[in-house]
Amino acid sequence: MPSTDDEVPLVRLDEVQPGRRVKVVHLKGRGRLRRRLLAVGMVPGAIVEVLRMAPLDDPVEYRVKGTDYSIRRCDAHLVVVRFEED
Amino acid sequence: MPHEGGMHWHHRARRRERHHEEHRLRIALAGNPNVGKTSLFNALTGARQHVGNWPGVTVEKKIGIRRHRGHLLEFIDLPGTYSLTANSIDEIITRDYIIDEAPDVVIHVVDATNMDRNLYLTTQLMTTGARLVMALNMFDVSEARGDCIDLEKMEEFLEIPVVPTSASERTGMDRLLDEIVEEADREHHHHHMVGYGDELERKISVLVETLDQDPEISEKYPLRWMSVKLLEGDENVLERLSGSSVEDPVRALLTDADHEEIEVEMAERRYEVIDAILGQALVRCQLRVTPSDYVDRVLTHKWLGIPIFLAMMWGAFTLTFTVSIPFSAMIDAAFAHLSGWVSDNVATEWLASLLADGIISGVGFVLIFVPPIFVLFLLLAILEDTGYLARAAFNMDRIMANLGLHGKSFIPMLMGFGCNVPAILSTRSIEDRKDRFITILVNPFMSCGARLPVFVLLAGAFFGAAAGTAIFGIYILGILVAIITAKLLRSTLLKGEPAPFIMEMPRYHLPSTKLVLAHTWERTRMYIRKAGTVILLGAIIVWLMASLPWGVEYGSEDSVAGMIGKVLEPLVAPLGFDWRIVVALLFGFVAKELVAGTLGVLFGGGEGGGSLVKGLTDPSSGLNAASAAGLMAFTLLYTPCLATVGVIWKETGSIRWTAFSVVYSLVLAWLVAFLFYRAGLALGWG
Repeated sequence: MPSTDDEVPLVRLDEVQPGRRVKVVHLKGRGRLRRRLLAVGMVPGAIVEVLRMAPLDDPVEYRVKGTDYSIRRCDAHLVVVRFEED
Repeated sequence: MPHEGGMHWHHRARRRERHHEEHRLRIALAGNPNVGKTSLFNALTGARQHVGNWPGVTVEKKIGIRRHRGHLLEFIDLPGTYSLTANSIDEIITRDYIIDEAPDVVIHVVDATNMDRNLYLTTQLMTTGARLVMALNMFDVSEARGDCIDLEKMEEFLEIPVVPTSASERTGMDRLLDEIVEEADREHHHHHMVGYGDELERKISVLVETLDQDPEISEKYPLRWMSVKLLEGDENVLERLSGSSVEDPVRALLTDADHEEIEVEMAERRYEVIDAILGQALVRCQLRVTPSDYVDRVLTHKWLGIPIFLAMMWGAFTLTFTVSIPFSAMIDAAFAHLSGWVSDNVATEWLASLLADGIISGVGFVLIFVPPIFVLFLLLAILEDTGYLARAAFNMDRIMANLGLHGKSFIPMLMGFGCNVPAILSTRSIEDRKDRFITILVNPFMSCGARLPVFVLLAGAFFGAAAGTAIFGIYILGILVAIITAKLLRSTLLKGEPAPFIMEMPRYHLPSTKLVLAHTWERTRMYIRKAGTVILLGAIIVWLMASLPWGVEYGSEDSVAGMIGKVLEPLVAPLGFDWRIVVALLFGFVAKELVAGTLGVLFGGGEGGGSLVKGLTDPSSGLNAASAAGLMAFTLLYTPCLATVGVIWKETGSIRWTAFSVVYSLVLAWLVAFLFYRAGLALGWG
């Protein structure tokens, strides 16, 4: 993990409120889900914008690399992110 | 761009037997889902297509032919994929075809409005060593929204021909064909756009050297691709080495590799390269809030999202019913007229009866339902094409999650409203076996278009002004039963956690009239064709069984049909059905449309051309609103039609699960119909 931004706390993607932008730091978990997250562009360094929550608060819509995805909270929980200064 | 040598590629070149003498070229189309790949395939090949299946699986394989500048081009439409891992059947088919069949050229179809994600597949296609031509599809859309793509830079960086196309407007096709032919003749030089950094590259070259010691492997496979996949921990690729002399050394090299970490690192490197290319070749319009966002603020709104979804569905069914009534009435009248004319003018009595009571009544009663089916399919196609269906899945996913399913199961379930056969086939995009089985097994409860005629008929006859609502209610019943069944299966026979659900949310766009109409027509045509084949045959059999033995009154208790119905009648007597309903339901197993068709013959046709509705509501029918509600429920839920049972068997590969589906739905149908009938009687519907 890079040490330069140590003062910015790390959070999980599912905890980020709609309207915020974050940068991916790390992916937890294993196997298929992780591979899927990688394929849509959730790679370390990628900027993710939290767009909106579904009517029942889950799943959440995220914008990654210009495309919007619906991702469940439990799956987004595997993505460790850091808040990005706008 | 890092470029590394292609020293192993001469092996592969040998495999590419070129057919100069006949100028026959095999061209595969690969790309992400929803990039217009199939539209492009259609634009390229026109009507000259052949649809089959990939060996061993029921994934559709489309092949089309086209001549261009003295070459015979054979196009193969590969399934849409995001990457070339072994995640799903689709991905395995795509990569096996590219690796094992080595097509002469691969057209990589890219959505110009969504380059980042699409180029990820490009990085993977390039490692396979295939000759690539990029079709930058929906180029017109990306230009219209203000993106500026530098095509020359793209070609320079990627080192492959890049052709802007629009499959919907059919532009760019000639240039694409030219490039394909040229690329096939070009001296092949291998290139790969991604370098994975010193450490990984070292590992890759050691693996490549090791693999190269087995000539069988090095002739068959692109070694760099294979090495990358091995480092990523791809079991499917590792299996390809079994029996090879290099298997053990390769396994030894991989023992200390942390596949998970390597995978992330490689994905990261691929996206770095993509970012670098797009940074130079693409100027994006800076629209942070798109029109889609505004629409979604309403359609996925916390309080409005789900009510709007339900209202839309209810509206669609009500509209279907009201719009189509006059057209159905016209068809009904025309067939009644025709049937009457035949009765009067054909002298041979049995022939007149066969034509009028059997064929014309049977087929006519099926054709009456072409208007509602057309309208319903049209409305669904519009919702699908605008991108709303993805929002419906987004809105409903939480509910599906509670039931142990996910939004991906939602799409096949919606498709089930059209026909369960393609809907069940579409479940193959669901990676997890248990998720897939549950989605398959609940699908028949989603009321397909073939059952609609029965509902329209019965609701129209017994529920008057509330017919639309009654039909809507039946659809809801199907959804509820599907949900309960899913929950039941998830907590008993198919225990386990559902697989992750990551779904793309396409931008909204105005539906293309051409596409929507094509979709609607294709589905409606399937229905009409069935009317001309299975239904026609069914109508003749029904007529025969209703007329035999010769001399009995048509469709009476003394006929074969009546006798079979009579034998089984006690089984359905508690539901308020008589033997004629038994016969209709029996034939409905062949194709559900036959339930309506048979009711037509048994309740309408026999009464000298009287209207079917009158025949049904006549006291002699033994039916009332309560038993009609029960019959609608029974028709909805009972054993899926022959074609659906066949596809369940094929897709699950299990005779037990197929038998489960048949028995479970039959028992359930009986119970629910009984409940409806009794409840209806209690409410005074008798």
